[in-house]
Amino acid sequence: MAARAEGIAGKRLDKEQYAENFADLHPRFTDHEALVEADRCYFCYDAPCMTACPTSINIPMFIRQISTGHPKNAAKTIFDQNILGGMCARVCPTETLCEEVCVRETAEGKPIKIGQLQRYATDELMKEKKHPFTRAKSTGKKVAVVGGGPAGLACAHRLSMHGHDVTIFEARKKAGGLNEFGIAAYKTVDDFAAKEVEFVLSIGGISVKTGKAFGKGLKLKDLQRDFNAVFLGMGLQGVNALGAIHEDADGIEDAVNYIAELRQAKDLSKLPVGRRVLVVGGGMTAIDIAIQSKLLGAEDVTILYRRGPEHMKASAYEQELAQTKGVKIKHWLQPRKVLTKGKKAIGLKCDYVKEVKGKLVPTGESTDLGAEMIFKAIGQTAIDVTGGALALSGGRIKIDAEKRTSVKGIWAGGDCVAGGQDLTVAAVDDGRRAAESMHAYLTS
Amino acid sequence: MADLRTNFVGVKSPNPFWLASAPPTDKEYNVVRAFQAGWGGVVWKTLGEEGPPIVNVNGPRYGAIHGADRRLLGLNNIELITDRPLQINLQEIKKVKREWPDRAMVVSLMVPCEELPWKKILAAVEETGADAVELNFGCPHGMSERGMGSAVGQVPEYIEMVARWCKQHTRMPVIVKLTPNITDIRHPARAAKRGGADAVSLINTINSITHIDLDNFAPMPTIDGKGSHGGYCGPAVKPIALSMTSEIARDKETAGLPISGIGGITNWRDAAEFIALSCGSVQVCTAAMTYGFKIVEEMTTGLSRWMDEKGYATLGDFRGRAVGNVTDWQYLNLNYVTKARIDQDLCIKCGRCYAVCEDTSHQAISQSKNGKRHFEVLDNECVACNLCIEVCPVQDCITMVQQTTGTDARTGRKISRDYANWTTHPNNPMALKAAE
Repeated sequence: MAARAEGIAGKRLDKEQYAENFADLHPRFTDHEALVEADRCYFCYDAPCMTACPTSINIPMFIRQISTGHPKNAAKTIFDQNILGGMCARVCPTETLCEEVCVRETAEGKPIKIGQLQRYATDELMKEKKHPFTRAKSTGKKVAVVGGGPAGLACAHRLSMHGHDVTIFEARKKAGGLNEFGIAAYKTVDDFAAKEVEFVLSIGGISVKTGKAFGKGLKLKDLQRDFNAVFLGMGLQGVNALGAIHEDADGIEDAVNYIAELRQAKDLSKLPVGRRVLVVGGGMTAIDIAIQSKLLGAEDVTILYRRGPEHMKASAYEQELAQTKGVKIKHWLQPRKVLTKGKKAIGLKCDYVKEVKGKLVPTGESTDLGAEMIFKAIGQTAIDVTGGALALSGGRIKIDAEKRTSVKGIWAGGDCVAGGQDLTVAAVDDGRRAAESMHAYLTS
Repeated sequence: MADLRTNFVGVKSPNPFWLASAPPTDKEYNVVRAFQAGWGGVVWKTLGEEGPPIVNVNGPRYGAIHGADRRLLGLNNIELITDRPLQINLQEIKKVKREWPDRAMVVSLMVPCEELPWKKILAAVEETGADAVELNFGCPHGMSERGMGSAVGQVPEYIEMVARWCKQHTRMPVIVKLTPNITDIRHPARAAKRGGADAVSLINTINSITHIDLDNFAPMPTIDGKGSHGGYCGPAVKPIALSMTSEIARDKETAGLPISGIGGITNWRDAAEFIALSCGSVQVCTAAMTYGFKIVEEMTTGLSRWMDEKGYATLGDFRGRAVGNVTDWQYLNLNYVTKARIDQDLCIKCGRCYAVCEDTSHQAISQSKNGKRHFEVLDNECVACNLCIEVCPVQDCITMVQQTTGTDARTGRKISRDYANWTTHPNNPMALKAAE
């Protein structure tokens, strides 16, 4: 990490305060809480929650299994569809997925806490340290998976289950992808991401080679030659630009990188943060970095978003969470210029904008906002790391319904493919579906 | 304000809510708390004859079944009659009655089936100033193995005999408490009446085993690895109690015999239902044992408000009003046609009605409209069974609507407003033919 300018410092809080701030956002349900909540489920026909779940988990069934005293069976039901059900239980925006369509939301504005119940069940089985699936007889086929994030892990697990041998090529020092490096710390405490990777791999038949990536020695052609099939799930490598003057000033940080650093930090008090922090963006990453800056001890944290609250990619729940943590959200503001003192950023000059015929135009008013630290959280962008080998759509890899790319023998999923939802749970679904398609291909 | 005062076979109480003979009425302390809370009366927990006190198990006495969120729906017990010395109970009964003269004090009794023990205990109870006695011919566990409780209640001749002795040996009104563990409740009720009983009370508890412990394969409650059946009560038994009450109320021989209703009464509405089936008072146990004595306030105020809204000044204004509407199946109007209707504004689209109709009934509900989740009744398949209404989580979302004109889309038959029942139906080989 590069040295940071003055006004950006660690040790803003005492030790206990760090621990308290970064504790579990939603602690695990007690048995009693789980039973009371599970009893609320109506066991709907063709349940809307199940339809809304990208991985189509049989939610009414797993809730019924909890209510009848078998949380481990519930976990098995979840893992059948989503081997990363533990992480999804923690990070899924359930308020815009299963819980949004729960009939009890319709009936009384209080959906079943499906995410919490899912966590209760998956925790119960995972603490057993016994893998719930067994591998089929070996097929002798070898598959390469590029990227050890949610898509790659889900794909590898399902392939291994079907008896194929899998090698995961991971760019970083450890697998997990955004689960390990990207999710807000208070959503996945106690090193859960790493434990989950261990859980997934414990099925056997999967080896992980770290420090391997396209452009860093790994070549698609080699993989095609050495393996019977290839799955690409390497996520996104680029970060969008602000498009503001002096964007390269000191103190301008990329939110994704900073969160990765935070997630790997052994001692949060050593993580420097500004007294005043500005976050540019409207998605989950913007919310995550804003809240975590506040939790690290920043005094004033403000999110700037160029449109209204209803346009933000972050759900209403996430926006509210940020506000209850003391984060200010300003709307209809677009940065024009980074204010600097020497090489150091000291704030943003922003234009007020409005929407005219779908386009944002300046209203003529502007404002200067001071800050020591400015985070870009305006989305990641795809860089074609395969060297033009595959057909793309909007810069991302083009796939069909079975997650097949334009090249025979190569599948892809997760954030690197076109038309995705940029959600952990969607990546998991891609991985599993791709694996089923690959299995059919490998055994036909 | 409706007048809830009750006069049941001469026993007066400020309201019809009595605590049934059971653990809540075993001693002065509990009964005084009950009266402070507003209960109209109590039936003191069953006294046995003088001698070494009754012995109870020292392990668990209760078992239960629960609904969602552990709401207690049915309670089972293996407790026996009072295990406190007779004289102490008698002293306390006397004291409480003296201090709470406006409340009903009925004393439950169970002694061996011989005249002398009954004569002796009646004299002792009379001395306390109690208002009436209730003969416990109902307890189905423990005491029945010794020839008492339901062992008496299952033999109409014994009921008649003991009731007659009691009427002979006391000036107090005699209420006979009936066991439901019998095929036809009318027989013991008739026997009680023949024996001169002033009233019957029902139902006592039902033989039950609530659970089998799957670790040690023993019934629960389990006493050192074994269990015996207990007596079942609570909301789950209310339908059985209502049915038995109606049988007695509409039987030619017993019609008009005063009834004290018992069985799963949990709120004012349950009580009103028993009174509508002619009950002169109602007895409550499980609800109190689930929620404590304070529920009586909901019961009295609830009954009172409902009576005010309906214009009933006294309990007598609606007592027995439902009896005439209980009939035999063969007299039900087969020309009465209804269809289920789903209120789309209230529907939360859970699809439970669809699941049960499609899987277990008549395939009379559709599940989509213009590609959207939408549940609607198909009149040409709906037999109006009511299952959809019973499984719908939203009250009044699905209702039965009577069809009074046109044709029944299911049968193709024209709707007739004439009454016609099975006794004259053409498919009935025993049909009564109109005089030719």
